Amino acid sequence: MSLPAVPAEAILLGVRVDDWREAVRAAGSALTAAGIADPSYADEMIRMIEEHGPYVVIAPGLALAHARPGPEVREDGIAVVTLATPVDFGHPYNDPVSVVLALAVHASDTHVALVAELANLFNDSTAIADLAAAKSFDDVQRILGVPA
Amino acid sequence: MKIVAICGAGIGSSGILKVNAERVLGRLGIEADVTAAHLATLTTDAANAQIILTSPEFVDAIGKTNADVIVVHNYFDTAELTRKLQDALG
Repeated sequence: MSLPAVPAEAILLGVRVDDWREAVRAAGSALTAAGIADPSYADEMIRMIEEHGPYVVIAPGLALAHARPGPEVREDGIAVVTLATPVDFGHPYNDPVSVVLALAVHASDTHVALVAELANLFNDSTAIADLAAAKSFDDVQRILGVPA
Repeated sequence: MKIVAICGAGIGSSGILKVNAERVLGRLGIEADVTAAHLATLTTDAANAQIILTSPEFVDAIGKTNADVIVVHNYFDTAELTRKLQDALG
């Protein structure tokens, strides 16, 4: 299995945000633009962080924003947002964040293959820095190894 | 051996921890049953777990447990995970 296609609608590059909530909201709007999730999924992603803290910042510079599977998710997919200026999420080790990857999955049993692919891609690699520096949709799709 | 990876939603971050823990344990030649779970189901999922893998935010919420709680900083750094799992497994 490879990652699902990441269409141009699901990619926002060099977004200007003032704080982590705006960064997550931008990622939510990309999911919605790509038909992956309803607008309310962004609220759910923000609520997860408000409730549990900035644990979604799973590696230096990268936030994996996500919420639980629910009716807001239309299909499995990811969105990629790079920030013009990195923002702090309040994580003790991995701030500031320059790349937000938003993950939406339909059912919890289908996500395993998808996150395994993310692990393949990001483990011990330069993919986060490469994404942060991406200049075009093509760059992002090439780094992720996904079709447009 | 039973290992549980915990996050808030039980899908994204704990899934990555599960996948990477399985990889590292495979390389170390250690057999383990690794599950991804979220806080709401922690008490049932983590019963009898020897090791709980999680991020710094969840340590307090996990509270008192007989398991070794391993706090992972960079989920994509398999060297960190290897070192911490080896330490916990003695």
